[in-house]
Amino acid sequence: MPKSPNRIAVPPSGGPSFRPKTNTTAPISTLCRVNGPLSVATIVVALVLAVWYLIRAALNRPPSRFDLLAMGVLGVLVAVLVLVAVAGLFDGSRPSDTATFSGYLITTIAFAPTGFVLARMEPTRWGSLILGVACLTLPVLVLRLQQIASVVTGG
Amino acid sequence: MAEPASPRDTKARPRDAALGSGPGRVLLTVYIIFAVAAGARAGVQIALKFSEAPLAYLLSALAAAVYIAATVGLAIGGKKGRLIALTSCSIEMVGVLVVGTLSIGDKAAFPDQTVWSDFGSGYGYVPLVLPMIGLFWLWKNRA
Repeated sequence: MPKSPNRIAVPPSGGPSFRPKTNTTAPISTLCRVNGPLSVATIVVALVLAVWYLIRAALNRPPSRFDLLAMGVLGVLVAVLVLVAVAGLFDGSRPSDTATFSGYLITTIAFAPTGFVLARMEPTRWGSLILGVACLTLPVLVLRLQQIASVVTGG
Repeated sequence: MAEPASPRDTKARPRDAALGSGPGRVLLTVYIIFAVAAGARAGVQIALKFSEAPLAYLLSALAAAVYIAATVGLAIGGKKGRLIALTSCSIEMVGVLVVGTLSIGDKAAFPDQTVWSDFGSGYGYVPLVLPMIGLFWLWKNRA
């Protein structure tokens, strides 16, 4: 996961703000709503599925109907997470790096569907591996979202 | 795994199979991830704070372009796709080694991270391993 400690300590001057900002001190608990039980659930489900898919790939099994369905469920979970986060953007505190945050949100919501489509195209063990890789990357994306969200304007 | 051969057994991979199928499609998936990651990073860096570290941000853009090219090459396959993928994987290999070495040796020139800084340690060293796997895959699937 990309680390940029100096970026977190000092929000970039001029910043990615498109509007004048007021110094709102947001309680950490909001974190643009990406640090709640929903993201914990997403991360746990993704990791459990990742292990499952990797085992399937190791056993030379193509993605089953169940596997694809599970990926779909994970996709829905992620979509809810992202929508809640987007709603949070219009609700007071914003991460000081809103541009990056939005970029990650778009990537995150597109992720499970992309993995799903690619795995459908590959009905071999490698399809299972694609699902596994996707499920290993999603937690990283969610953690990055939390990281970026934890730096709020004036916070 | 010596499983009883299923009809979709990957060992029966035909020699003229598309570059972007089988293990190649996994590679393609990872390249898509990196094309998006590097592309978005470069976009944000250049659009919002280019003057802070122009060299690092231009390198980010170059890295992004290379990942996108590799993705396209693997996806279209054939002679042309192979050539594109081969070129971009080679640039990638050189890039990650040179930038990795420079970023460790000369911190001042790289005040901000790129995908290739510190041999891609910010991305779990995947940027270092990926071109190796890519080149191996292209070599294994040479016509």
